[in-house]
Amino acid sequence: MLEVKDLSVSYGAVNALRSVTFAAQPGAITAVLGANGAGKTTLLRTISGLVRPRGGSVRFGGEELVGSRVENIARRGVSHVPEGRGVITELTVEENLRLATLWCVRRGERQAAIEQILELFPRLEGFRRRHASTLSGGERQMLVLGRALISRPRLLLLDEPSLGLAPLVTAQLMGLLRDYTEGTELTVVLVEQNARSALSVSQHAVVLNLGEVVVSDAAASVAADDDLRHHYLGF
Amino acid sequence: MSLFFDYTLNGISSGMIYAALALALVLIYRATRIINFAQGAAGMMTTFIASSLLARGVGYWWAFILVLLIGFAIGSMTERLLIRPLQGRSELNPVIVTIGLLVVLEGLAGAIYGNASRGFPAAYSQSGLRIGRTRIAFSHFDVFILVAVLVLMVAILVLFRATSLGLRMRASAFAGEIARLLGVRVGNLLTLGWGLAGVAGSLAGLLVAPTSSFGPYYMDLILVYGFTAAVIGGLESPVGALIGGLVTGLCISYVGGYLGSGLEPVGALVLLMVALMARPEGIFARPPARRV
Repeated sequence: MLEVKDLSVSYGAVNALRSVTFAAQPGAITAVLGANGAGKTTLLRTISGLVRPRGGSVRFGGEELVGSRVENIARRGVSHVPEGRGVITELTVEENLRLATLWCVRRGERQAAIEQILELFPRLEGFRRRHASTLSGGERQMLVLGRALISRPRLLLLDEPSLGLAPLVTAQLMGLLRDYTEGTELTVVLVEQNARSALSVSQHAVVLNLGEVVVSDAAASVAADDDLRHHYLGF
Repeated sequence: MSLFFDYTLNGISSGMIYAALALALVLIYRATRIINFAQGAAGMMTTFIASSLLARGVGYWWAFILVLLIGFAIGSMTERLLIRPLQGRSELNPVIVTIGLLVVLEGLAGAIYGNASRGFPAAYSQSGLRIGRTRIAFSHFDVFILVAVLVLMVAILVLFRATSLGLRMRASAFAGEIARLLGVRVGNLLTLGWGLAGVAGSLAGLLVAPTSSFGPYYMDLILVYGFTAAVIGGLESPVGALIGGLVTGLCISYVGGYLGSGLEPVGALVLLMVALMARPEGIFARPPARRV
């Protein structure tokens, strides 16, 4: 389980997160929603160690993550897919995938792990030796999701996976994420601007506004609350 | 025609030395986006150390290998002690630090070894090889230069292209933050990259010293030529560094041969300007990423 408690982050005089507290359960998707500037991306970057908080704690599987180095947090099974897709465009599709296997998959099993991901995203199969720079937006999103999954994470942090994607591709990705998470111990924290799409696949939702938690409740309850949707989620 | 042939051979030999230094610059630039102006001076320092080792009776090849290891240590320590503390600040700071290091190393060499030029032995004969009855302007030592730089180049290419260490190094260089999120210990790999650049720079120093006398400032002009080669090659490609080195070496050799050796630096400058105007991103620059 991911437990975030009283997490506060400042950029100079600007408070990006103010005493944020919530928990994300294994085997479930927790959507983090809110308008631009609500602190969603900062929250994920703080969990993965890219941003040092001013105060508070982030515990995952009983271990404190605050203060650990980014690469050590990653090696504890935390996979962060940053906003803007995060493919390494100078590497090939296969190299992007292989890179994520290096510390967590045995040498002899790496190729099989890559093939498994390419089966999950068959569209990438034909591009495996091509540079990631040649992929379309949807293909890049498949690649970063595949790269995140190949490391067999225990906690998956997804930042705006639908950004710039066609509605059909977004629906496919969300469906795939839901199917992949069901019945596993994987904890998913999904940051999304597209609240409707995120709520449709999530079990829990946290709504942020100006760095503060407005509500942390079941996704179905959030989706059913008209006032909340109109004020904070824009639909 | 015979002169042209001689100048060409001479250009290939010196071009390989420029390629070694260009490779050092490329290794650092592609990892940290810094031009290491102290690269030549570090090579000069290790050549002085090699000279001291030889004077104390250490065998040539032992001294050669030791000095390459010392070059690795100097490169690694430069990254750890001088460059890393400046991470996240102005991009100009590390460049200024490398210029400062250049001045310090040249001053230190002068203080320890004196400013007078001295000779350095070559690993092999520097007399031209014989083909039939003709002696060509290419010696056993030139062959050694060619082989040594090619071996280094191939070793680095194999490291980058065929090993998981190389994959991690490339990922760290291209996208440090993403690499860290994938569990790659980027800091250690940057240190390794600077160390490898130190090896390439030391090799360049050892190869160029026997071709002329050497002193605290003998690598300054080689750095300019190496930089020219690196820019022509695209600043990010080891193969580009090799091709850029050969183009620079040939151009300077022709200018020196036909117009006079005093004009060699001008030839390098003109070559650099023409290259930047014709193809500013260099011959082997990566194509821009597709915008989606």
